[in-house]
Amino acid sequence: MIRSRQVTAIASTILVCSMASAALLLHKVDQVPPAATLQQMLYISSPKLLKRLCLGYEGLLADIYWTRTVQYFGGKHSQGGGTYKLLWPLLNITTQLDPHLIPAYEFGGTFLTAKQPEGAGDPGKAIELVQYGTQNNPDNWRLYYDLAFIYYDQKDYRHAAEAFLRGSQLPNTHPFLKIMAAQMAQHGGDLETARMMWSATYRTTHDKMIQANATAHLRAIQVNEDVTALERLVQAWRDRTGHFPGTFTEMVSSGWMRGIPLDPLRHPYRLEYGGRVVVSNPDDLPFLDKGLPIGHIPSAVPKLSPAN
Amino acid sequence: MMNTRILHIATNTFREAVRDRVLYNLIAFALLMSAAAVLVGQISIQIERLVVINLGLTAVSLFGIVIAIFIGIGLVSKEIDKRTLYTVLSRPVRRWEFIAGKFFGLSGTLVVNTFFMAIGVFAALAYVSHHFERSDVGILVALYFIILQFVIITALALFFSSFSTPIFSAIFAFWLFVIGSFAQDLRNFAAMAHGTTGLLATGAAYLIPNFSALNVISQVAHGEPVPHRLILLNTAYVLVYSAAVLSGAVLIFERRNLK
Amino acid sequence: MPAIEIVDLEKIYAAGFWRKRSKRALQPLNLAIAEGEIFGFLGPNGAGKTTTLKILMGLVFPTAGTARILGMKLDDPRMKAQIGFLPEQPYFYDHLTARELLRYYGQLSGMDPKQLSRKVDTALEQVKLSGSANVQLRKFSKGMLQRAGIAQAILHDPKVVFLDEPMSGLDPMGRREVRTLIEELKGQGKTVFFSTHILSDAEALCDRVAIIHQGELRGIGAVAELTASVHGKVEIVWQGGAVPAGIRSMGAECHSAGDTMRVILPEENQDTALEALRREHLRLISVVPVRTSLEDYFVAQLGTSAKSEAVSPGT
Repeated sequence: MIRSRQVTAIASTILVCSMASAALLLHKVDQVPPAATLQQMLYISSPKLLKRLCLGYEGLLADIYWTRTVQYFGGKHSQGGGTYKLLWPLLNITTQLDPHLIPAYEFGGTFLTAKQPEGAGDPGKAIELVQYGTQNNPDNWRLYYDLAFIYYDQKDYRHAAEAFLRGSQLPNTHPFLKIMAAQMAQHGGDLETARMMWSATYRTTHDKMIQANATAHLRAIQVNEDVTALERLVQAWRDRTGHFPGTFTEMVSSGWMRGIPLDPLRHPYRLEYGGRVVVSNPDDLPFLDKGLPIGHIPSAVPKLSPAN
Repeated sequence: MMNTRILHIATNTFREAVRDRVLYNLIAFALLMSAAAVLVGQISIQIERLVVINLGLTAVSLFGIVIAIFIGIGLVSKEIDKRTLYTVLSRPVRRWEFIAGKFFGLSGTLVVNTFFMAIGVFAALAYVSHHFERSDVGILVALYFIILQFVIITALALFFSSFSTPIFSAIFAFWLFVIGSFAQDLRNFAAMAHGTTGLLATGAAYLIPNFSALNVISQVAHGEPVPHRLILLNTAYVLVYSAAVLSGAVLIFERRNLK
Repeated sequence: MPAIEIVDLEKIYAAGFWRKRSKRALQPLNLAIAEGEIFGFLGPNGAGKTTTLKILMGLVFPTAGTARILGMKLDDPRMKAQIGFLPEQPYFYDHLTARELLRYYGQLSGMDPKQLSRKVDTALEQVKLSGSANVQLRKFSKGMLQRAGIAQAILHDPKVVFLDEPMSGLDPMGRREVRTLIEELKGQGKTVFFSTHILSDAEALCDRVAIIHQGELRGIGAVAELTASVHGKVEIVWQGGAVPAGIRSMGAECHSAGDTMRVILPEENQDTALEALRREHLRLISVVPVRTSLEDYFVAQLGTSAKSEAVSPGT
């Protein structure tokens, strides 16, 4: 009888409305560019201190930092990349907290090495990270593979071959490492080696982003080979006729090719003035050395289309 | 126009806290800042500013949170133990006015306390680096966010103390602070789950107070600007979240038999 | 219109972890207290006195029934501005001075700020705390706190004053002061509702009393009315060492100290006993009526177990 219904009604209304607006505002806060709110991940940037502060719950904390790492990279990546300043510290903290978190090394090895805007472009740190991984997980061949890959990417074929060799001597190793060691020692810079490396990466990882990255590289290798072959054909046409063909259609109708050549994404290659062969949509194909239109500025946002 | 009874209860809460030597923590804080300023000048070349800002703001935050929790949980239960609540409520004071007055009183105490601690931080900063930079405005923003944290903590402590014992209130409030500091991670985790679990987890994650966006200490220490949008959003968020928590406290307290 | 009107007021507390069990704190209670009356609410500890007061103050919500004070509902702020309340064993805010405490309460009662200082001084004067007005309450003795509590209850010149065990914890001097104060309040035409487990206080002060035990009203009326049904006793003291046969045959127990003898008898045996003493030529020293009349009623109502609790000095 005494309870004031009015107070109850007003308080209930405020409670519901406020909680709803709070959730809405939170959603907006989450959309504020991560640079603003993600810095705090490194509130404590010393892994040693963090390890002491977390009172023995390193495992959980490592998982939290691992999630943050992936979120950070994914968020930055979808916004067009950038410097990935926090990628190394985050990975460092994650692996120091839990040195057996293998996916972190694999992920770090790939994206610390990759040049901007696809990665942090810091192979030195990548090597440091993966070496720390091999020290703590000496029986894991996958880490030697990752290490070799970073050296390979730096065109340091001697160290790459060495890493493959060490990995191939482990008890439960993948036989492919031995082959790679030999291939690396003899044909380090060949396109074929590159193809073997990337397809192996694709086959041996579970990480979707790493798979997408490998696919993009494999496509770039394919384009590289296609363009080399096509330009050689165009040069032959010129040697025969004394002038460059205007279009591929011209070559098809003359019986020089069976159809308009297609790039790995099934888009037609284009013939430019001066016998240059280019892809028609370079934005979809990152990592190209050849086949880029003249004056093409690579998009800030790399497209790592899903693997197929 | 503010209800004068709320004002009087708030003033009295403030006066009690001040006379109960709450502000004595400022002495400990001053010692900490002086020691830090002197030591940092000698051991960490180049990053003195960084260390002073990080340490200073962290201390401001932790000191305040401890005060907010330990006073906040006693705001209601102490008045019941001493039966002062009975003499207050037998006057023309509504129960919701009592809750509101207590909330404003403790928030005010914490604002004053933070003000003095802020002076300490700036003094230490002036001592180690002999000048202020344009980006030091960010420190004010960080301090403002810290006060916003206190506002939520106060509301939560008051909420728990409206129905629970001081010990449990302290545990609940402290846990919510810890969990709330990982609120963003929790929302990320929840977003990864699917179906009903995902829905429930997301709901729970949005109920937890979001302390993670209120902590810009490290960012500010590096001289990076805080987006204006974040200031605006955080302010609005803290206002509505505290309103929700206080409404909850009022709903419970209105129904409570004060045995 | 009665000052306080209680109709079928009932309180059942849920108890136990799952709130399955329940404890009845108050049976349906009906009371009407007239304006200007001093009303004593008697009962042993745990009888339901405080529960009733807390319901009236809006601190606890009744399970059933209604109550009105000055004709208004219990949550009416206009009513609350016209009542004063002293809880049982109050402590108050340690760090305020008595004057600050009263100012605070005056502000909460919505008193005129211009008159506040004067009224605070008057109230302090009334409870004889003027000398300690600027001392922090944590330095107060229990008795001083109780007086500060009374001061806050009468500060705003309320029409009805509720006092929960106002005499408990006070020394004999303090008790007499509180009695005087309550009499003064009556003189000012105020209604006073006070609970106590000390019978002599009620007997000395109250126009009417109600006796409550285990949440149930056991009796209500003027002290004289209630005690009329119970016969009193007398204490007879004489000198001479011997106990006359006439007295011994009454079965009363005799206490001796040297050659002084003392016996307590029902009032109706007084004449027979005196007759026996005169016949034996013993020296009569005193005949005193034993003033336990309300207590006797109490015992008759509640049984002996309640008596020992009821007459134990206040804590």
